[in-house]
Amino acid sequence: MPKPTKGARLGGSAAHEKLLLANLAKSLFEHGRITTTEAKARRLRPVAERLITKAKKGDIHNRRLVLQQITDKSVVHTLFTEIAPRYENRPGGYTRITKIGNRRGDNAPMAVIELVEALTVAQQATGEAEAATKRAVKEAEAKAEATEAVEDAAPAEESKEA
Amino acid sequence: MAVPKRKMSRSNTRHRRSQWKAAVTPLVACERCHEPKQQHIACPSCGTYNKRQVLEV
Repeated sequence: MPKPTKGARLGGSAAHEKLLLANLAKSLFEHGRITTTEAKARRLRPVAERLITKAKKGDIHNRRLVLQQITDKSVVHTLFTEIAPRYENRPGGYTRITKIGNRRGDNAPMAVIELVEALTVAQQATGEAEAATKRAVKEAEAKAEATEAVEDAAPAEESKEA
Repeated sequence: MAVPKRKMSRSNTRHRRSQWKAAVTPLVACERCHEPKQQHIACPSCGTYNKRQVLEV
């Protein structure tokens, strides 16, 4: 079960935060990059990435789930037809947050949140290779542990017999 | 209501305020334009971060 967010909501109430994040997500998908406060950008990132994950599945059920949050049909259409296919090979991490310093007036830390570019062929290859080596290391460790466990168990039995 | 019993001396006031200082912002040279900028924040003069253009200048 997902853990509820602790602390104050953006905008004061849960309903206001929901609307605010939905509007930010809509603007992000519409323009590709938006400038906002760092706190809002950090809260927006998981919301937007979940919507993109739904868009990648691409079926009518997921489209209706996305439409519950983003009510603008044209934005949802671009999300499903243009943004989602771009991230076909990317396993998450569809947005990038860059800090741009504090705002004049209230000194609030600002950030740019943007949709990242599609993976190039070279990037995809390195990603797959890294994943493969990680898997290999994990399997090797698991094997080593299993053999150690057997070795530990054998002498213990011998001592009992003696 | 709790209130101060004695007037605070000028000496005590000034000792307290002598600790009231502003910290210098640590700055590094921008990779691209070598202007001083804050660490982990896009360069305000050339608008790049990690050699990627973030801001329009």
